[in-house]
Amino acid sequence: MSRNLQEAKRRTLRHTLLIVGLMSLFVFALVPLYGVLCDVTGLNGKPRNAPQRTVDISPDTSRTVTVEFLASVNESMPWDFRPSVARMTVHPGQVRQTSFVARNRSAHAMVGQAIPSVSPGLAALHFKKTECFCFTEQKFISGEEREMPLVFMVDKDLPEHISTVTLAYTFFDKQKVVD
Amino acid sequence: MTTATTHDTHHEEHRRGLMRWITTTNHKDIGTLYLLLSLLMFMVGGAMAMVIRAELFEPGLQFVEPQFFNSMTTMHALIMIFGAVMPAFVGLANWLIPMMIGAPDMALPRLNNWSFWILPFAFTILLSTLFMDGGAPAGGWTMYPPLVMQTGNAFPFLIFAVHLMGISSIMGAINVIVTIVNMRAPGMTMMKMPLFVWTWLITAYLLIATMPVLAGAVTMLLTDRFFDTSFFNAAGGGDPVMYQHIFWFFGHPEVYILILPAFGIVSQIIPTFSRKPLFGYSSMVYATASIAFLSFIVWAHHMFTVGMPLTGELFFMYATMLIAVPTGVKVFNWVSTMWRGAMTFETPMLFALGFVVMFTIGGFSGLMLAMAPVDFQYHDTYFVVAHFHYVLVTGAVFAIMGATYFWLPKWTGHMYNEKLGKLHFWLSTISVNVLFFPQHFLGLAGMPRRIPDYSVQFAGFNEISSIGGFAFGLTQLLFVYIVFKTIAGGEKATDQVWEGAYGLEWTLSSPPPYHSFSIAPDVK
Repeated sequence: MSRNLQEAKRRTLRHTLLIVGLMSLFVFALVPLYGVLCDVTGLNGKPRNAPQRTVDISPDTSRTVTVEFLASVNESMPWDFRPSVARMTVHPGQVRQTSFVARNRSAHAMVGQAIPSVSPGLAALHFKKTECFCFTEQKFISGEEREMPLVFMVDKDLPEHISTVTLAYTFFDKQKVVD
Repeated sequence: MTTATTHDTHHEEHRRGLMRWITTTNHKDIGTLYLLLSLLMFMVGGAMAMVIRAELFEPGLQFVEPQFFNSMTTMHALIMIFGAVMPAFVGLANWLIPMMIGAPDMALPRLNNWSFWILPFAFTILLSTLFMDGGAPAGGWTMYPPLVMQTGNAFPFLIFAVHLMGISSIMGAINVIVTIVNMRAPGMTMMKMPLFVWTWLITAYLLIATMPVLAGAVTMLLTDRFFDTSFFNAAGGGDPVMYQHIFWFFGHPEVYILILPAFGIVSQIIPTFSRKPLFGYSSMVYATASIAFLSFIVWAHHMFTVGMPLTGELFFMYATMLIAVPTGVKVFNWVSTMWRGAMTFETPMLFALGFVVMFTIGGFSGLMLAMAPVDFQYHDTYFVVAHFHYVLVTGAVFAIMGATYFWLPKWTGHMYNEKLGKLHFWLSTISVNVLFFPQHFLGLAGMPRRIPDYSVQFAGFNEISSIGGFAFGLTQLLFVYIVFKTIAGGEKATDQVWEGAYGLEWTLSSPPPYHSFSIAPDVK
């Protein structure tokens, strides 16, 4: 009787520990799952940070979309960062080029990484970049100022009700992240 | 039979003094320890609430620095949730589950001792942060990054305290599951178990499923801060919103962890004083299980404003509203139990009735918050504060106090002072409504939560709320007095204690022997 009870207790103990173990793995599995989900759906306004091919490049001239550019630096990073133009009017399907200007105000060389964010979030999937300074780290020597190109296209699948898309870049101090 | 003889030889051989409590593996001792810790933490968390209400008594900064005020709101929540409500439920589980299912003790007594004794260390660590450079955690109990990353030296202490509380809860929950699954007396089938046991079984599964998620989330915070990972750091490609998703994936089941055992308690008290069996027993079991299941798919209703697609908002809105159905089943079952019952209104019944009425008010404000379009107005306002205090104070805490009055005569063998008990109930009920009801209006008018100062237009209701707060706080000293007075002595309680009491625990003497049900009882 008591031996059976011991065995039964152990069995229940094992299954509860299994649940604890699986849930512990699950929470860390959530991290890549979340990334994949956001990549596929573009839900969190996180556009793909790699060059994208633009297959159909015939512009839809019947429709215009305003693209606004924002630029900021993270925390107390001693850089100036601004878009060359604040906004552009584009046709969906049209490939356009613009640039951003950054300057390292500090007394030493620094490496920065620009992270884009698109709002409204649902537009992120439809904002395609073929060339961008944000794909790679940017090294600036002290006092260096540089204009950095961005080639982009808003694709024709952009939902009808979206007429303004905002692209915001934040420059992050890469060293600070690494240290 | 062998276990019974071993227990008999152990009888009355347990150590005396402090070592008895440190080394005990007896479910009654450990239950007592949990309940006393919970009472202590209730007072500590309550003192913090008094600081909050004193500061909010009038606009402007009076008593404390804004940083310290934010520490108070953060610590008040952590202490009340993990220190007061959860240990109280685990303490009740320890005392009652073995006596209710006819088991001699919990299934894993040594684990039980360990899961309790982790807690004093966890709370010592957490409370020690009040004296550290940079102050105690002040970023809210939800610990959202990036704000929580600004916590000073307290940060790792906060994380490790949460880890310890999580480990303790997981061990306690495992013990409850193993006990209920394996230790029931012959004849005690699952569908004969008292509802308190059922709700605890389901709560225990919620605990083992979600505590690892919280532990994982805070571990990621820790590595983000100290080991250069970027789980929630946008600079490294992480996403702070992901933290909110992970946190509330734990957090929403957690709020049911805080209320399901209260449902169980009320389902024990109401039939006793209505002198009728519980109406719709099996529907109560299924409703509890449905609530537990739904709690896993509604988490994002805490974050409607983060920017979700419309379909997401709609899904979480409808799923949340669906919870009103099983909860409604429960409320109607309690009311039906009372229907045409021979009701009497002793203190436990008063607390149970107060629970039903005021928890339902909290449920209704919850429904309002569940509506995504209006939540954009209510989010992070005092309306939310009013909502969760109705479900947690007049819900969970009232149920725990009702349970204390209900079973205290059984545990101690003494009746409490009924007059004082009723006085405690009425003072609490009046003051708690003066305290929290005006906060609905403040929230609807736009007063944000977690701020030490506010616009003068909110002055009137805040003053009323603070007066209610001080009255509620003082009233709880009466509760402490009644409890310790009853432990020290009083009128002798009968074995059954209450005329309408039904269940195995009432067949034992009051107080029950140190080792009860060494020989399993027969359940008809």
